[in-house]
Amino acid sequence: MSQSSTITPPQTIQRRDYSLVGEEARRAEERGLASAEWYAAPIPRKQLKELMKRKDGPAIRDTALWIGALILFGGAGAYFWGHWLAVPCFIIYGVLYGSASDSRWHECGHGTAFKTRWMNDAVYNLACFMIMREPTVWRWSHTRHHTDTIIVGRDPEISVKRPPDILGLLLNLFAIKTSWFALGKLLLHARGRLNAEEATFIPEMERHKVYRTARIYLALLLAVAVLSIGLHSWLPAMLIGLPTLYGGWLTIVFGVTQHAGLSEDVLDHRLNSRTVYMNPISRFLYWNMNYHVEHHMFPMVPYHALPALHEAIKGECPPAYPSLLAAYREIIPAVLRQVRDPGYHVVRVLPASATVPPATQPPVDRLADAA
Amino acid sequence: MSTWIDACAPDDIEEEDVIRFDHGGVTLAIYRLEDDRFFATAGLCTHEAVHLSNGLVMGKVIECPKHNGRFDIPTGQAKGAPACINLKTYPVKVEAGRVFVDLG
Repeated sequence: MSQSSTITPPQTIQRRDYSLVGEEARRAEERGLASAEWYAAPIPRKQLKELMKRKDGPAIRDTALWIGALILFGGAGAYFWGHWLAVPCFIIYGVLYGSASDSRWHECGHGTAFKTRWMNDAVYNLACFMIMREPTVWRWSHTRHHTDTIIVGRDPEISVKRPPDILGLLLNLFAIKTSWFALGKLLLHARGRLNAEEATFIPEMERHKVYRTARIYLALLLAVAVLSIGLHSWLPAMLIGLPTLYGGWLTIVFGVTQHAGLSEDVLDHRLNSRTVYMNPISRFLYWNMNYHVEHHMFPMVPYHALPALHEAIKGECPPAYPSLLAAYREIIPAVLRQVRDPGYHVVRVLPASATVPPATQPPVDRLADAA
Repeated sequence: MSTWIDACAPDDIEEEDVIRFDHGGVTLAIYRLEDDRFFATAGLCTHEAVHLSNGLVMGKVIECPKHNGRFDIPTGQAKGAPACINLKTYPVKVEAGRVFVDLG
């Protein structure tokens, strides 16, 4: 795209350490990148307050549609089980279960989707189970992702690292790698333990919830497996559990657009996040997370107000990508190039009229600098 | 010992809103609720030092603008992850058309 440019790679390129307990974690703190002050577009307080206002109506409507569609297509899939008509039913059911749950856990985790807290919590827990993301772990992991977005050594949710793991990305089209790791973590947590990275962002007082939920998740999955074996049928697993895998592809298709191929270690979401225009069905499935720059800059704005926020601040941001296809025309070549050249990334160009980022922002986007 | 500080005029804060007030190296958040009561708490979120004055007041609750941690304004009580530590609160009085905060 015209708003992108490239940087010539250095002669020696090293793989960065993305763990939260390694050398890069220490360096990020030293360089003032941890819990730093981020750029925020200027917006009048009155207007922002209006955008932040919580409502139950939009999320009740969208959740009723979502649950209704799950029941409709899951029921139809069960009814037509053994007939070819079950296939399209389960394709749709799978996307609603394994992919639409991604934005539901996310929005409800922020507590912004509904005005009423218990509604956020109920949908959050349901969606977390559907996408196999342990609620307490992911609440804290996502908190860190918002504190230190795409800061190497700090952000636990960098999905496309450098050099990218192409095989892993392809496997995750069916949530294979993520689910494999999720299962391993469930087993670890059910034994009352966290790994070293999780211990950096989950406070002591919250850990008992992690262990309890892991045991509940394993019991539910085991119950589905026992039922399937007892009935000599895949049907129970096709309805609960397996849709995380066979319906998870849209999570990756949408999710990769958020940050892949963009700058690391910058304190400006306009440079490390994408806003992509999508059609109404995609926006329903994704709950407007395609407005990702806006979401990161003002995470207290509910999903239903993100299009209005976009209009309010778009003069401060690089142009939005006109479509998913346009975004992937940039992402695929960038990610493929990063396989052999991890220093490469897309540079988002700010409009001439945009507010200057904070002077504290470190001019760091080269791997050579980190070496 | 009370140390009442003149912080602002009541109308400097809109109904159901919050402003930042700095005094002597202390950052406070001063709130005006819908029922016209005024409160003051520490100005920075106890989760990560983010100014609550940029957050959202909903009834008696302030929500942090960064991670959506929530606190009860009158008591400072944290209302769930990621806000786990209560906010310090400060006495407030409105006298002679001014809002005073007791920094103690």
